[in-house]
Amino acid sequence: MAEVLVYVDHVDGAVRKPTLELLTLARRIGEPVAVALGSGAENTAAVLAEHGAVKVLTHDAAEYADYLVVPKVDALQAAYEAVSAGGSLAAVLVPSSAEGKEIAARLAIRIGSGIITDAVDLEAGDEGPVATQSAFAASFTTKSRVSKGTPVITVKPNSAAVQAAPAAGAVEALAVSFSEKATGTKVTARTPREATGRPELTEAAIVVSGGRGVNGAENFSVIENLADSLGAAVGASRAAVDAGWYPHSNQVGQTGKSVSPQLYIASGISGAIQHRAGMQTSKTIVAINKDAEAPIFDLVDYGVVGDLFEVVPQLTDEIKSRKG
Amino acid sequence: MSLRIVVTVKYVPDATGDRHFAEDLTVDRDDVDGLLSELDEYAVEQALQIADEADDAEITVLTVGPEDAKDALRKALSMGAHKAIHVEDDDLHGTDAIGTSLVLAKAIEKAGYDLVISGMASTDGTAGIVPALLAERLGVPQVTLLSEVSVEGGPTGTVKGRRDGDTASEQLEASLPAVVSVTDQSGEARYPSFKGIMAAKKKPVESWDLEDLEIEADEVGLEGSWTKVDTAAERPARTAGTIVKDEGEGGKQLAEFLAGQKFI
Repeated sequence: MAEVLVYVDHVDGAVRKPTLELLTLARRIGEPVAVALGSGAENTAAVLAEHGAVKVLTHDAAEYADYLVVPKVDALQAAYEAVSAGGSLAAVLVPSSAEGKEIAARLAIRIGSGIITDAVDLEAGDEGPVATQSAFAASFTTKSRVSKGTPVITVKPNSAAVQAAPAAGAVEALAVSFSEKATGTKVTARTPREATGRPELTEAAIVVSGGRGVNGAENFSVIENLADSLGAAVGASRAAVDAGWYPHSNQVGQTGKSVSPQLYIASGISGAIQHRAGMQTSKTIVAINKDAEAPIFDLVDYGVVGDLFEVVPQLTDEIKSRKG
Repeated sequence: MSLRIVVTVKYVPDATGDRHFAEDLTVDRDDVDGLLSELDEYAVEQALQIADEADDAEITVLTVGPEDAKDALRKALSMGAHKAIHVEDDDLHGTDAIGTSLVLAKAIEKAGYDLVISGMASTDGTAGIVPALLAERLGVPQVTLLSEVSVEGGPTGTVKGRRDGDTASEQLEASLPAVVSVTDQSGEARYPSFKGIMAAKKKPVESWDLEDLEIEADEVGLEGSWTKVDTAAERPARTAGTIVKDEGEGGKQLAEFLAGQKFI
């Protein structure tokens, strides 16, 4: 069976959920071989094996943390060469994070392959893997494939339900020699993002967002309380971010992050096309807004026309009491 | 020596229009008005600010696209860029990101550059991979997704910036020449002044085709694309949802709905 290279996104050995989703999708087209780089790479092996990795290629070097992107491209290329030399390679899959897409793009050029980004589904096809993508603020769905080289495909978070499928997960050291360009962009300082205790926005199964209607940074606690009652991530519309009420890292929309959770709850968000571009693929959409004419109501599975400061706290209390 | 800045920009269909695909599954550009991709306005803005700080700098805006794409160049020129290059060729129709990066890289090399500045992504394709592809092709450092950027020391100096990622915020530094991309957090883009709009009409716009860039037709276009779109289907309209008016029980009703969907 053909192998599928899966690039592992992890933080000090803790594998992030989109990688486990990738392993699930990879098994549809071949045998997953995981590539884990940097500090804690070997610690990823157990969970990767549990989710179907037949092999885990690992390598650690200071370059991964000290320089931007290129060292990881060098390593993924080394893995590509090692695995494709040993047989057939069906695809290279990379999580669709900002960095993941950059790594995948540079690899694609180096190995002379086409690239598909932001796939939301993946199936085996007669002429190689077929990727589903969303276009034009999710108003269209396309099916595409790579027609040259080994398909390089980046996949968005929440594109598949994680399924365990134990495999050998044999750890092998990957031999990497860094290119001259690897040290071109220095990381001179790194400040970890302050942990909020909430799930990462792009990975969360539930996202609760606030917009212009929240009317002030101090009022965002209403949104956060609802999010915490559901174990959800907090999002914000551009209007709320531009007003300085919530950090840019939480912005959902065309110029912010695109999310595709099981449940999206929009409060005080009118639903301009720019916001819809970032959330329209959410499975279930709920909105609370005073304005019955707000375009967000065209998208919803359930909408409440009302004051969010009445509705949201009542909803939060009700959820808490039901969860007991 | 003058700091040569090339800003890559894209002419995109207006997101508020009715965007769709043409019969050959490329973006239909005829039925929707186009404009300069909003995210590229931030790239032009940062180029202008870097040029202001430098002793001597020249900003060239570069686009690859059909005839109408000149509008995107005019907008950037009216903001203050000095000159423009338009790569236009019938054989470019349907070029994918890999092909576009080839055309841009050849044009950037031909124009001469110390710094390339791009937006973080286009507002139509939204992939955000062209800056990384350009750095790979040009063989220079990529300093991407910056919410803050500065250049010191002129054409042989360094570029510094802040990259705000999911898990950390990083300070980056590289020697020129380099490829930079900036986010919408890098600073509000200026509106063109009346004077700027009038001045833009007199600024030079060069037109290059594939031959000028020594690119063969089969390296680009729909045929030369390394990816193939097999189908594009309009998403079925969402079935109308339930909408209730809050008369004191709105939150409880919503909780009932969420419980029914097994979210609580």
